[in-house]
This record gives sequence, structure tokens and C-alpha cells, in this order.
Amino acid sequence: MSHHIVEVRNLQHVYSDGTAALKDISFIITHGESVGIIGANGAGKSTLLQHLNGSLEPTGGSIHIGHTPLSKGTLPDIRRTVGMVFQDPDDQLFMPTVYDDVAFGPLNLGYSIDDVEQRVTEVLELVGAGHLRDKPPYHLSGGEKKRVAIATVLSMSPDILVMDEPTNGLDPFARRQLMKLMKDFKHTRIFTSHDLDMVLELCGRVIVLHEGEVWADGPPLEIFGNSKLLAECRLEKPLSMQGCPVCGNNPAKDIN
Amino acid sequence: MASIHNAVLDLKRLDLLANGNSSIHRLDARAKVLVTLIFTICVVSNDRYELTALFPFFIFPVAMISLANLPPLFIMKKIALLCPFVVAVGIFNPVFDRVIILQLGSIGISGGWISFASIMARSTLTVGAAFILVASTGFTAVCQALEGLGMPKVFAVQLLFLYRYIFVLTEESGRASRARELRSCGKKGQGIHSFGSLVGHLLLRTWQRAERIHMAMLARGFTGAFHASRQSRFGIPEIRFVLAWSALFIFLRFQNASQLLGSLVTGLFP
Ligand SMILES: Nc1ncnc2c1ncn2[C@@H]1O[C@H](COP(=O)(O)OP(=O)(O)O)[C@@H](O)[C@H]1O
Ligand SMILES: [Mg+2]
Repeated sequence: MSHHIVEVRNLQHVYSDGTAALKDISFIITHGESVGIIGANGAGKSTLLQHLNGSLEPTGGSIHIGHTPLSKGTLPDIRRTVGMVFQDPDDQLFMPTVYDDVAFGPLNLGYSIDDVEQRVTEVLELVGAGHLRDKPPYHLSGGEKKRVAIATVLSMSPDILVMDEPTNGLDPFARRQLMKLMKDFKHTRIFTSHDLDMVLELCGRVIVLHEGEVWADGPPLEIFGNSKLLAECRLEKPLSMQGCPVCGNNPAKDIN
Repeated sequence: MASIHNAVLDLKRLDLLANGNSSIHRLDARAKVLVTLIFTICVVSNDRYELTALFPFFIFPVAMISLANLPPLFIMKKIALLCPFVVAVGIFNPVFDRVIILQLGSIGISGGWISFASIMARSTLTVGAAFILVASTGFTAVCQALEGLGMPKVFAVQLLFLYRYIFVLTEESGRASRARELRSCGKKGQGIHSFGSLVGHLLLRTWQRAERIHMAMLARGFTGAFHASRQSRFGIPEIRFVLAWSALFIFLRFQNASQLLGSLVTGLFP
């Protein structure tokens, strides 16, 4: 389906204080792809993602979602298509209870109250947060907040899922749960992460950002096999590709 | 500032009480807003020297607290929090208004003290009623009800944002002042200098966070309307609730029930 193509052309962004966070970024992501965006702190990952649903306005260049250019007029439609999980869950949760927060999006989309109820229940189960339903979001732990934040977006059934450091702050079990959830998600997935093992496991493609530019774009094994590139961009191989410090086995050798 | 932080957490608790499931909670928000409005008008429109006529009005908060299963101590503490402001408003009355209008034995009580007491009583009543309204309805639902009752949508949404931003501001200030306290090792934290920059940071951070929250709301299809997640309609119980209470308020407004009772008692036992 051409509907869910994400096309970024010569995107630039300069913050109001003069920081050039993005300098000429271009790529095309086709339907069903799972893309990991990696890079050091301050490389511009969050800035890039926030352009994908129009949260930030480009200083230069353009963004097309399914051949529709992102502009003021198309914004409501594009926001329905692109589901966005922000880096800081505190920014995403603003209603008095978890239930209200997850119901916020579907209610805005005009679903009936019964549909909303069912959807919220399903989605909270999916992220393993069913028991948090009536709690106020500000009383949750960091990882619980993150799971609820993801639920608030899934409840709107987006066609493109965009997540900024989704596994950051999750315990190993919740991380596994989320990874399974992302594997099962049928449509386009775009996420940033410092969890390179997750990127290796989930992504068919990796885009490396460095100081606001795309430094590499390719299959994960190719990228993570390029030590020079990784060092330049202040990155490391995923742990699963490094030699085992205990038994000395090096899986990377088998790969090459 | 840590205490402001606590006060706001308490405000959130007020909002959470709205998740209860009493007969009052189940009433349509519009009915409760309407009754609270009529109550407020009846209380506030009393003469400035009126005191005895105000006492019977306390039946409303008392009844609501018990019917809605609200924690009475908590509500009273919330009201007490506002006392200093009310005192500041009324404190000059006794100074300027010294005409004796009430003689209790040998002690003369001036009009100033009476009007001061009257202000205290009126604000306790109205603020209490407002808190009870939020605690039994939820702020979002109150705003929706106001909109349903004819307030322009823009104002209703503004009100909601104001409410959210109070939380944002105090959360940020709580965090910032805790960081400052921890790093100043029990000393005054380099006095006014660091305090000034702290306040500056705070405003910026609040602004930014408010902006990010707004972004997140837009990202989830927010178009300026808040939708209720509970269905409710204005039915028979609502009509009964509104009619019964407003009849009582209007009666109390035009008849001094305390005096009526007093003269009844003195008439019965001469
Ligand atoms: N609101 C802002 N104003 C000014 N500069 C910003 C703002 N947000 C981010 N930046 C800067 O832009 C650059 C990219 O930031 P960001 O996209 O958040 O990086 P990351 O890859 O860690 O997510 C950084 O140098 C950061 O300091
Ligand atoms: Mg980031």
C-alpha cells in the first residue's frame, strides 16, 4: 500500500536559538518497513521524529506521508495516520486517570463510548497495563508511564508507528513485551533507540544520524559491521555481536 | 515551594475523588453545576451585614459531602488553605467600620466585625461548594457542563488549559526547588541569585513543557473539544436534584430561617 510511504526530502531544522539540529536529511520509508534511527545524544533523532507528525515545522525541505505533503491543511489526517510516542512520557500523559488518557485519542476520533471502552481495555492489556487503569498517571513508575504512553497511541490504531526511545527505562520483561508488540505490529514502524540489540532484532533497516546528517542508511548487519562508522558516530556494536566476555565466543565472526 | 507541590498533589486528589460512584457522582454534571451556581448567587447576594441568614446554607455542603462520600477533613483543609486570602480581603472592615450595630451584654460589636465574619462565612460556603463540585464531578466534566450550559467553547477550553498548566507549573517548580535544596546542602542556596535564575528557568521550562503537552494533545487528534468518557443525560433525577435544592436556596435567601426558627422556639416557650 503506497498509502503509508514516509518521504523526507532535504529536511532542515534550525531551533529558535540558532541550533541547526537537522541539516539536509533525505530518505524514503516504504509500507511495512521497520526502521531504527540511531545516533549519539544530540544527533537530532528526536527533532527528526517530531517532524513526522508535524509537531515541529521544517525550516527547509518537505515531508510527504503517503504522497500527501505535510501542511496545515493535511495535518489532522496525517496525525490520524502517524501515531507518535514522545521521548518523555510525562509530556504525553495529561488526563486525570490512565483510562481517560488512553481514551482521549479515540474520543477525539469520534468513536462511540462503548467502542472506546473496549479499545482502551484491549490496548492496556496489550502493553500489560490493565491493572493501572484507574490510577492517576503521575503516580506511576517511569516504565509504567512509558507503557501507558504507548497505549495512548496504539488506541488510535495508527498506520505508521513512530516511537522515540520506546524501551528506555523499561525492565527486561517489559522490554521483551514491547519488542513482541512491535514485531506483531503490521504497519510501518520508525523508532529511535540506544538499545542496539533491539534495533538489530527488530529492524530491517537502520539510519545513522550524526550531527544532524544521515551518515549511513542500510541493513543492520552491514551498519553494525562497520567499526569505523560506529566509532565516528559515537556508537558501539550491539552486545549480541560483541565477543562474549565470559566464554570468548564471538558471534560477529560467524556473521561475517 | 515543596509545600506548594504538596498542595497541588492534593488538588489532583480532589480531581480523583471524582471517580467515585455515589448517587451524587452519577448525576449529570450540568445539574451539579447549575445547583452550585444558584447556591453561589443566593449566598453572595446577601446583605454585607448578614450573618445569621447564612448559617442555614451550610446544610448544602454538609449534605453533599455525606451523600457523595467525600472526606470532610480533606475538604475543610482545602478551604482553610484559602483563609489567608479571605482574611486579607476583609481585615480592614473592622478598622474602617466602627459603628456598633450589635449589643451583646456590655460588649458592642461593630459593623466592621459583622461584615468581616459575613465575608468569611460567604467565602467558606462558596469555595466549599466549588471544591465539592470538582470532587464529585471532575474538572473536565465541569468545563464540559459549562459549555453545555452556554458558555462559549473557547472559554471552556481556556479554563481547562489553565487548570492543566497549574499542574505543569507546580510540578516543575517542585522538581527545581528540590534539586536546589539538595545541592545547597542545607544552606540558603546562595540566596537571591540562584533563586532568581531558578524562577527564570522555571518559567521557561513550564512554557516548554506546556508546549510539548499541547503537541502531544494535537498528535492525538485534539481539536479544541474535550469529550466525556462517561455517558450521561439530564433525566428525572437531575431535574429533581435541581428543583429541590434551588427551591431551598431561594427560600433561605428570602426568609431568614435562623430567625424564623428562633422566633418559633421563643414563641413556643415564652
Ligand atoms: N527546543 C530546543 N531549542 C534549542 N535547541 C534544541 C531544542 N531541542 C533540541 N535542541 C538541540 O538540537 C540538537 C538535537 O537534539 P535532539 O533531536 O533532541 O537529539 P537526540 O538525538 O538526542 O534526540 C541538540 O544539539 C539539542 O541541544
Ligand atoms: Mg532524543
